Amino acid sequence: MKLCIGGIVNPGTTLANLTGGWRSFKPEYHYEKCTKCGLCELLCPDSCITIGDEGYYETDYDYCKGCGICAHECPTSTIEMILEVK
Amino acid sequence: MAELKVVEGSYAVAHAVKACRPDVIAAYPITPQTHIAEDLSQLNADGELGNCEYITVESEFSALSTLIGASAAGARTYTSTASQGLALMHEVLFNASGMRLPIVMTVANRAMSAPLSIWNDQQDSIAQRDVGWIQLYAEDPQEAADMTPQAYKICEDRDVMTPAMICFDGFILTHVYEPVALLEEDLTDEFLLPFNPEHTLDPKNPETFGAFADPSIYTEFRYLQELGMREALKRIDSVAEEFEEIYGRYYGGLLDGYHLDDAEIVLVAMGSIIGTIKDVIDEVRRDGIKVGLLKIRSFRPFPLDAVRKALKNASIIVTLDKNISIGKYEGALCTETKAALYNTKLDKPVVGYMLGHGGRDIPKEIIKKIIDEAKKSMKDGITIESTYADLKEEFV
Repeated sequence: MKLCIGGIVNPGTTLANLTGGWRSFKPEYHYEKCTKCGLCELLCPDSCITIGDEGYYETDYDYCKGCGICAHECPTSTIEMILEVK
Repeated sequence: MAELKVVEGSYAVAHAVKACRPDVIAAYPITPQTHIAEDLSQLNADGELGNCEYITVESEFSALSTLIGASAAGARTYTSTASQGLALMHEVLFNASGMRLPIVMTVANRAMSAPLSIWNDQQDSIAQRDVGWIQLYAEDPQEAADMTPQAYKICEDRDVMTPAMICFDGFILTHVYEPVALLEEDLTDEFLLPFNPEHTLDPKNPETFGAFADPSIYTEFRYLQELGMREALKRIDSVAEEFEEIYGRYYGGLLDGYHLDDAEIVLVAMGSIIGTIKDVIDEVRRDGIKVGLLKIRSFRPFPLDAVRKALKNASIIVTLDKNISIGKYEGALCTETKAALYNTKLDKPVVGYMLGHGGRDIPKEIIKKIIDEAKKSMKDGITIESTYADLKEEFV
């Protein structure tokens, strides 16, 4: 692959960059408390939370950097940040 | 030959910018650059800039940021600034060069604060040495004006794609009235084709400029910038020749020499001081002193091979700097000239003089005193590495 001068790239190229490896804490959902309000999806700075089966939200761990905003903002404490052991 | 008109240096530059048909200008006034911004604003208000968008901004940071967007969208862009304004642009300068956007900026060289000074030296642009911009230094208003279309032609070259600053001494050149051949638009249209970049911001074909580069590829982007500079080394010379063919004026390419061939003492300098040095050389040569001048036109890219070639017959080399690296006690030209001679067989003494800081005049007597000292050093060997030529000991 040759680089283009100026760091000029086409859209979507960051998909190839699996930034989930930067994470030290991992968000985990406890769906029994979830009201499906969608705040976690709305506030995720990496847009890596999507709606899964039955309207519950899921994290794409390929891109989640573990910032914890979803857990901090969740009004029902559905999301728990767990130290990731690698 | 073109008709000469007596105009202010700033107007000569503003008129040259107009002849280059810029699409977007964004500038924030600062002494001693103000007249360039004013003249362009007036030309725009008078409808003389065609479809050019003149964007008034609230700071130099915004001026250059605005041009980054415009240039990425394919516009030919221009700004000018000085001193604190250039310093405020510092981080944006890296963005412009890193995104390979051929923005052209005139720097009306002025001292840096503190202590507050509005007068001329070259500390402002020298402090921006490593931002990845081409840096050209003009000797007089005509050369600063003529460098403008040359700069566009050099930096818009697809193998160069690097922004350029044209540095010319504040007040000494920006505010002087002298006869100038204003650039003819028909000749400029012939010399300088419209900007036609390979990549532009376009909603129909979206691209990101200056994207994230992780450690596995960052070095390579810097190396690509270096390749652009290497290409600029060639283009600065060839564009100067192309300019001469069309306009009939030539100032040298990367550098210029004055009585270099048989010179034992060679002075190395850049900017408006060149004119004073040439006059002094004419005088002292009548007394049989073999003095020559190496005028650096391109400080970045630094013309290493050309400088070595130009200095190969010198017995002693004297650099004159309107800047200082505090803590090294020498100016940038001194450092660069010494470095150029290292790793060669050219083992020659180099003495650095710093002078003309904060607008202090550089009279001919000071240049003569420097030449006298060089003559003495040629006989007895050098006793100093670098010093101020005009320090007032009684004040310190």
